[in-house]
Amino acid sequence: MSDKRSPMFAVIGASSVGTMIEWYDFYIFGSLATLISTKFFPSGNETLAFLSTLATFAAGFIVRPFGALFFGRLGDLIGRKYTFMVTLLLMGGATFLIGCIPAYETIGIISPLLVLLLRLLQGLALGGEYGGAATYVAEHSPAHQRGLMTSWIQTTATAGLIISLVVIAVTRSSMSEESFQAFGWRIPFLASAAMIYVSYIIRRNMHESPLFAKAKAEGKTSASPLKESFGNRYNLKYVLLALLGVTMGQGVVWYTGQFYAMSFIERVMHVPKVQVDSILIWALCLGTPFFILFGWLSDKIGRKWIMMAGMLVAVLSYRYIYTRMYETVNVQNKTELALEAKFTAELKGADSVYTSLRKYSDGTVFSETTTLKAGAPHTERTVTVSDTDKWTLIFWVFIQVLFVTMVYGPIAAFLVEMFPVKIRYTSMSLPYHVGNGIFGGLLPAIATFLVTRAGSINEKAVSQGLLPPIDKPYLEGLWYPMVIAGICLVIGVVYLDGKDNRVDD
Amino acid sequence: MNTVKRILGIVWILLGLVAVWYLIYNQAVPLWKAGGENIIAAVIYIFVLCPIIAGSLGCFGWFAWKGEFDE
Repeated sequence: MSDKRSPMFAVIGASSVGTMIEWYDFYIFGSLATLISTKFFPSGNETLAFLSTLATFAAGFIVRPFGALFFGRLGDLIGRKYTFMVTLLLMGGATFLIGCIPAYETIGIISPLLVLLLRLLQGLALGGEYGGAATYVAEHSPAHQRGLMTSWIQTTATAGLIISLVVIAVTRSSMSEESFQAFGWRIPFLASAAMIYVSYIIRRNMHESPLFAKAKAEGKTSASPLKESFGNRYNLKYVLLALLGVTMGQGVVWYTGQFYAMSFIERVMHVPKVQVDSILIWALCLGTPFFILFGWLSDKIGRKWIMMAGMLVAVLSYRYIYTRMYETVNVQNKTELALEAKFTAELKGADSVYTSLRKYSDGTVFSETTTLKAGAPHTERTVTVSDTDKWTLIFWVFIQVLFVTMVYGPIAAFLVEMFPVKIRYTSMSLPYHVGNGIFGGLLPAIATFLVTRAGSINEKAVSQGLLPPIDKPYLEGLWYPMVIAGICLVIGVVYLDGKDNRVDD
Repeated sequence: MNTVKRILGIVWILLGLVAVWYLIYNQAVPLWKAGGENIIAAVIYIFVLCPIIAGSLGCFGWFAWKGEFDE
């Protein structure tokens, strides 16, 4: 028994660790984006702002699907093992080098150009990694445990996010803020080299996927995976079905639960960044085991209906969950300790700064700082939440992560089973990265637009002496994930078969 | 069920067109008007996202309408 199991665990371990490190590499750039922009894209220069936007959009939207096509094709031509070793080294090398680039003030325009180039390479590598890892594990797995085995790969994106948050937090706390700003931010990037090296050594000693090796030995691999995947009408319709019936909805549920929630708590509810990170880390840690649970369950009751149920509960409950989160922190629902309120006014240079600090009976502290600079007021609010409220927020984010685990846990096995061996890497990688990168990646921009528009409509109505027509404008951004997941749910329920669980075809 | 699949095919094609209108009118045009680095985002909306979203929904709808997903 142990002889049969240990190779499988080695396969899972080697694949998952590498994929997790790639996600870590991808996320540290995002987590440190504000700081990075001050080093490489200082404000006040239009060219730098242009490059910064390009780095943000291009890596997430454009390059990931291209990476899926480029490395997917390689994986179907020369094999899974060598391809996802290349993606690993590419990602690790790019991340390490970002940590080495001198700041803009040292080498000028070369610095942001290099960052942009390396960020594009990161996106390219990420586009090629996931399909390889999922395919590799699935092609090793016994049929009745494929969902369980591949679910380990599904934990890696969340685990990579957790580790990136933890490494940054530990690095930041181990030195002064000045040191972190000066050089400490480079450490998470440089640390990637050691992680990638270990993962490379592990992957180097693995064998090629048995199904791909067999197909290659029999001369049954594809000579032109791109043409067969997308030029063949029969296969193209399944690529579209995978995108519109599964990955599109998964992408928006994933982004809502893990990123929109974070942004909402920080920007709409004004909770400090340190508390937001802590809330997210707890919710992700508590939720991660459920990827495995739903992967395992998909082997027992089928994959389709678990994913569809995840989308359904997400669509039905998002507005309720975000209302509860908002009301949990809303100070209008709390009892103020009037005697402990403090108000100060001071002059800082040419600026007048007015600060109010209010405390509430449950331990919540609300501070509001208004700066009058040349007559234009700028107000910053912070709500430092009590322990009780923090755990309430952790619970609601955890519930959203639970939806993520329902749609994401079984998806690798499901996608792998949709396509034949000879074009599997190419065919499953593209819908995954279009669903996540494009439909999921659009979420922040469209959600922000919807919230801003709702606010403008209300302001206009109030200025005309009317009542605000939109109740709870802060919830308007949720329409995007709800509509996309809703459409995906209908397409999935109506068109997906979900009965094909073969991978040797 | 096959009839439902085929009729919904038309819905997906129309939805693709609505998505293009929405992305261009509500996202790309305001970004283009804002100028500066926002133009990159506008160009990405028009030349990358719209074709992918409209193309995939339209193509999928067409396949569904033609009975490619019939049982």
